[in-house]
Amino acid sequence: MPEAILAARELTRRFGGLFAVDRVSIEVESGQIHALIGPNGAGKSTLINLLAGELASSAGSISFRGSPLPPASPERMARLGVGRTFQRSNVFLELSAFENCRLAAQARTPRAWAVHERAALCRASNDGAAKALTLVGLGSRGSVLARALSHGERRALEIAMCLATQPCVLLLDEPLAGMDAAESGRMLELLRQLKHDRGILLVEHDMDAVFAVADVITVMVNGAVLASGPPGAVRSDKLVRDAYLGDAV
Amino acid sequence: MSRGRIALLLALVALALVPVLAGKFYVDLFAKIMIMAVFAMSLDLLVGVTGLVSLGHAAFFGVAGYAIVLSAGDPYAAVSLWTSLPLAVAASALLALAIGALALRTRGVYFIMVTLAFSQMVYFVFHDTKIAGGSDGTYIYVKPVARIGTWAPFSLEDGKHFYYVVLALLILTFVLLRALLASRFGHALRGIRSNEQRMRALGFNTYAYKLAAFAIAGAVAGLAGYFAAIQFGFVNPEMLAWHQSANVLLMLILGGLGNLVGAITGAFAFVLLQDGFESLTKHWLVLMGAFVIAAVMLLPGGLTRAGDAWRAWRERAGDA
Repeated sequence: MPEAILAARELTRRFGGLFAVDRVSIEVESGQIHALIGPNGAGKSTLINLLAGELASSAGSISFRGSPLPPASPERMARLGVGRTFQRSNVFLELSAFENCRLAAQARTPRAWAVHERAALCRASNDGAAKALTLVGLGSRGSVLARALSHGERRALEIAMCLATQPCVLLLDEPLAGMDAAESGRMLELLRQLKHDRGILLVEHDMDAVFAVADVITVMVNGAVLASGPPGAVRSDKLVRDAYLGDAV
Repeated sequence: MSRGRIALLLALVALALVPVLAGKFYVDLFAKIMIMAVFAMSLDLLVGVTGLVSLGHAAFFGVAGYAIVLSAGDPYAAVSLWTSLPLAVAASALLALAIGALALRTRGVYFIMVTLAFSQMVYFVFHDTKIAGGSDGTYIYVKPVARIGTWAPFSLEDGKHFYYVVLALLILTFVLLRALLASRFGHALRGIRSNEQRMRALGFNTYAYKLAAFAIAGAVAGLAGYFAAIQFGFVNPEMLAWHQSANVLLMLILGGLGNLVGAITGAFAFVLLQDGFESLTKHWLVLMGAFVIAAVMLLPGGLTRAGDAWRAWRERAGDA
């Protein structure tokens, strides 16, 4: 029985009168890729932002390895091991790919306040950065400025930065958007590899990709969960077909 | 050795030779400039490195000056440099810690306004009460003495000694802040300037980092304020008024942000220009304003990046 690392119970977020996320309960378990799908405006990104501590919830609770969490704080979630990527690439454009990852890895190195040690010589963050870059296939692009990377490479860098913080849960907001076929193929392979000792929550619009890698799929519509279960069951669910999938799969 | 290092070394040699080659007027003027350069570097840590635009930095500069007067008791007795300097710097750092803890809860333009408001509060505490002479300020009749036992390595009363002490201070501040910027702490500060949301998502407690930077900047500003008060021989509320904060911000913008060399260059440019314009007309502020506007338009990266601006201009001219 896999263990739920991150769990939301009856999680709700209102914006004025709009229920962007409406009493959503969802679990991310270790060793699983949990895909979150649904039409635009369904509340997927809001849910990611709630789980990542970026947004405060209006009601409901989030627990990490069984213990309930105090109010939202992105840095606390990240230090617990909940890493997230952003829907729009959110990297340090004026730094090189390697420096982006080194800065990310630095969040996890001990004695981060030691002001007499040069950051560029910190073995732990250099090793962490190199490892993360290699994992996502950017091993040879480390010295390139992030602003000079292609769109797909920047998406990969976004994930490498997240991996450099050594997360046990990954919240990935449309990681494949803007990647070409080869790049997404490689990324899906990486996700399969990463899930062994991590839990992954994957928001994605590419249905082929979702049904290829997901162990569990949750469908959201208008802020609420419409259906949740293994891919086969979700695919044949009549409600889901009507509301979202149509004849797509 | 890179061209930048050679230029830095030459500038250092030139500064070291000023008391040998020039008269008292220039020795005093350049000492004053170097003090302002330390002050500007401290603000650069906030504005250029961390991306925190503070309009209240003079509060920490001025409070250190007042700390000398208030700790002395008898105005005609000399205080010890070794006790009064740490005391003054600690006073500035503590004030910065308190103001920073509150101001850093705001962002952007609100942060600018809150730092301005707090520094004005400090200003009015010294302006509207009888503390240290109220709005008139008060004299520092005797400069602190640098005695260790019975041995005095130098005397701050001597203009040349004072000059070399300030030069040492400038070098020390530059070297230490450079090391700070190269550390993981410094890299985190630059990350915050670039994208604070991303830094938090990576797990950095950005509030703590910003507060530490604010307190360090306050302490270094106090270091500058201490020597400024000693050089002027008096302290008054103008030392911590917002004009002073605005002047040091202008020095940074003139010189270029974020690399400390710009702060030093800007301090030299600002004080020398002020001196030059003042000798031309009593309406020197008009000339200064025009110069700053021209500099910002023509050299957006500051004087230290004039070379880049020139090359970019040449390329555009070449394309046309």
